[in-house]
Amino acid sequence: MDPQGLASLSNTVLYTAMGVLAFAMIAFALHTAKVTSARSAPPQDRTRELVGAGASARAGEATHGVEAGDAGDATGTTGATAGSSAVGGPQPGPGSPGARVGAWAMSLSWLATMLLLVSMVLRGLSVRRAPVSNMFEFAVAGSFVVLALYLALAQRRPLKWLGVFVVTPVLLVLGIAIRSWYTAASELVPSLQDAWLVIHVPVAILATAIFTLGFIVLLLQLAQARREQAIARGQRGRPRFLAGLPDSTSLDRTAYSLNILGFPLWTFTLIAGAIWGQKAWGTYWSWDPKEVWTFVIWTIYAAYLHARATSGWSLRTANIIAVVGYLAIIVNFTIVNYFFPGMHSYSGVSAP
Amino acid sequence: MTDDRDGGFAPAAPDPTDAAAPVTDGPGSRPVGLGARGWARWAWRNLTSMRTALLLLLLVAVAAVPGSIFPQRGIDPVAVSNYLRDNPTLGPWLARLGFFSVYSSVWFSAIYLLLVVSVIGCVVPRTRLHLRALRSAPPAAPSRLRRLPAYTRVETDADPDDVLAAARAALRRSRYRVRADPAGTPADPAGTPADTGAAAANTASPRDRSVAGETGYLRETGNLLFHAGILVVIVALAWGYLVGWKADRIVPVGQSFTNTVSGYDTFAPGPWVDADDLVPFTVHLDRLDVRFEESDQGAQFGAARDFRADTTVTPYPGAAPEQRDLRVNGPLTFGDASVYLLGNGYAPRLTVRDAAGAVLYEQATPFLPQDGVYTSAGAVKVPGARPEQLGFTGVLLPTAAQGPNGPESVFPDLRDPVLILNPYVGELFAGGAESVYTLDTSGLTALTGADGKAARLELRPGQTVALPGGRGTVTLEGIDRWAGVSTRYDPAKPLALTSALVALLGLVASLLIRRRRLFVRVGEPGPDGRRVVEVAGLARGEDATLQGAVDALAARLPGVGAADGPERAGDGSPDRSPEGSGPPRA
Repeated sequence: MDPQGLASLSNTVLYTAMGVLAFAMIAFALHTAKVTSARSAPPQDRTRELVGAGASARAGEATHGVEAGDAGDATGTTGATAGSSAVGGPQPGPGSPGARVGAWAMSLSWLATMLLLVSMVLRGLSVRRAPVSNMFEFAVAGSFVVLALYLALAQRRPLKWLGVFVVTPVLLVLGIAIRSWYTAASELVPSLQDAWLVIHVPVAILATAIFTLGFIVLLLQLAQARREQAIARGQRGRPRFLAGLPDSTSLDRTAYSLNILGFPLWTFTLIAGAIWGQKAWGTYWSWDPKEVWTFVIWTIYAAYLHARATSGWSLRTANIIAVVGYLAIIVNFTIVNYFFPGMHSYSGVSAP
Repeated sequence: MTDDRDGGFAPAAPDPTDAAAPVTDGPGSRPVGLGARGWARWAWRNLTSMRTALLLLLLVAVAAVPGSIFPQRGIDPVAVSNYLRDNPTLGPWLARLGFFSVYSSVWFSAIYLLLVVSVIGCVVPRTRLHLRALRSAPPAAPSRLRRLPAYTRVETDADPDDVLAAARAALRRSRYRVRADPAGTPADPAGTPADTGAAAANTASPRDRSVAGETGYLRETGNLLFHAGILVVIVALAWGYLVGWKADRIVPVGQSFTNTVSGYDTFAPGPWVDADDLVPFTVHLDRLDVRFEESDQGAQFGAARDFRADTTVTPYPGAAPEQRDLRVNGPLTFGDASVYLLGNGYAPRLTVRDAAGAVLYEQATPFLPQDGVYTSAGAVKVPGARPEQLGFTGVLLPTAAQGPNGPESVFPDLRDPVLILNPYVGELFAGGAESVYTLDTSGLTALTGADGKAARLELRPGQTVALPGGRGTVTLEGIDRWAGVSTRYDPAKPLALTSALVALLGLVASLLIRRRRLFVRVGEPGPDGRRVVEVAGLARGEDATLQGAVDALAARLPGVGAADGPERAGDGSPDRSPEGSGPPRA
């Protein structure tokens, strides 16, 4: 098949992946809704429910790293950590709410991820290089890595509660990518034709994907912490869907683990970029807008790590710093590509 | 400046191996007394505190942003002039505040220099503490192991000394440093070494049979290497700035340049550069191949796809010439100096003759590309013309086509090149020194054609046109390519790279390696002659697998059977902070 044929086939597969992903999103949303309604029934109802559920009912918070939909892997992980125990919930089991739709959501996500991979391979064959060199390709590859990472992590621990919050933004990014950032398959400008393209850019994508998951979990953590405080004050915890999620301590630990994984990779991106810059432009650091923002992001995440180690800075402040760090990543990928001309202007998209 | 949330092995009392303690206790305390020394001490402690370092770190991030928004003199001076022209009110104020040279501005420098001092003030004492910790044995087992974050108890019928020996051996096999004291050392309440004074209050049995081991010292080593590496990167940047230089030159095909100050169009040395020290290597540009995108009709049409040069270089005077390839991403290197291929363009070969046919001007004149389709602008200056000097402004269209506003270029390669010249007569260089690519027309008047309008000469390669008024002829002999090369000299590059990689390794070590202590204590025999063995663990920072390590160690002890099922940490110690979440935060 000729390159343009491969490229258009790649796009068809991408659209198919997005369709499958849309179904996965709906399934994840249904799953979360079912788990939530099972967990956060009003107190008077819950009493009845607990009585009715008999031996399978369990007092105390059941949300520590465990969620109702995960049948097999739910047992044995109920945390010893005692968070705010204002709500109770039914013990998860094979027939628990949302189990079937949750399994469907996972399968559909796997299928969509495979399709994204196929789309990337076809694109790579079409352009005969790693398909990671413009905004469109970066977004597709980034979406793939986010999904793949999520699914890989979900293999080892119950993570269905996170599904809808991962799949929805990924779908949004893919939509923007193919509508607004699409760049016809083509060769590279000379400065990009180098082995460092397959080192610098994929590591940047991986780091961005890990930070993306960390950011999603952090947003949930901040909301969960607020809800727990409200419950501790005797108010109703809002929004309700958070009842189906792990407690804020557990969410914080997950986000921290992701961010400390992302940080060294981002550091490597910075160093690899400097090495490549030296090779291509004769200088390893030239305060190009992209370099500046990569450095700014690195600094903010470094501040996050330090804020967690500093007495006098609350966990919330530290997590907000990390949220700001991710917002800087978004700025780096969108605004910097569009409006700040520099030596990294490879987006393939002309400024408005 | 540690990545650990607590910096120590809390929940215990302050620990001398707690590296962050000496630097985090600063900001809250007021200066004692009013002496200058007191204030200096107070200021120093504040500056080196983690809180200050953190604020400075965030400030660096904020302060770096304007440099990506406003054009920078060091990167694009033309854009700065344009900005100043377009913003007559705001521009001068931004210039005064250093927004066009952010990274050398007073405020940016102040922030990062303070940060550097702060980091040094934090890392040096921590290094000292860490070196001391590396030389000393781990602290003895605290008296109440049950209070530690990870805990289990088992029963054994083995000899207590055998149990302790097995525990020591198991810890050593797992690369723990084991406290060397024999059984019987007084226990200490909370994991603090005996010399902190806590031992005085100790009520434990003098016949304490315990083993203490610690591992993961590389975590702190890595953390310190990370910070030291970052500092050295900054030193390398400064050194490179001081002794490094960069120089640019446009070299038409068939010409060469020599690595001397006069051999370049621009030469930008650092403050400590001695220009006489340049090694005068020579590079001759034999050939330049350029290829542009032709198949894609979208935004990528005409984008550069490949350009490379064949060169003949003489590494030093008298050396044998050798053939070398010069590519984008593939510089020529001469020691610490490297020649990079950064641009390319066209140089029309022009011959200007006077009315009598005598040659006034004959050379390849580089024009500068102005856009993606290489619409190139340049100037031709003929000072030898009589009675008046001659000058031309020119535009080269590599592939000319008729556009809505006259001829324009539609493709960057030379498919149908047209050179458009506007001739002037009068006095050249009326405004003093000027760029070779532009013509100062203040002392010149445009030559007019027969129709009375300013003359406009259109030339294709090989064509000759006559100048108005019988002033002679201009011939476009052909169009050469030129390569834009940049020579960079930075002897600090290897240092910057090495220290950055060291910092990265240190970072990975400090984030992945777990620093933890494990303790084993054998109790007195019960009525059945069996002894209770307690195993407990303490970690720095978050450590999800600590309990697993404790259980694994307990399982490796001789004669072990579970005592009423293993008892875990967390049972009945309400004053403890939740597992893995570190100590209460201040």
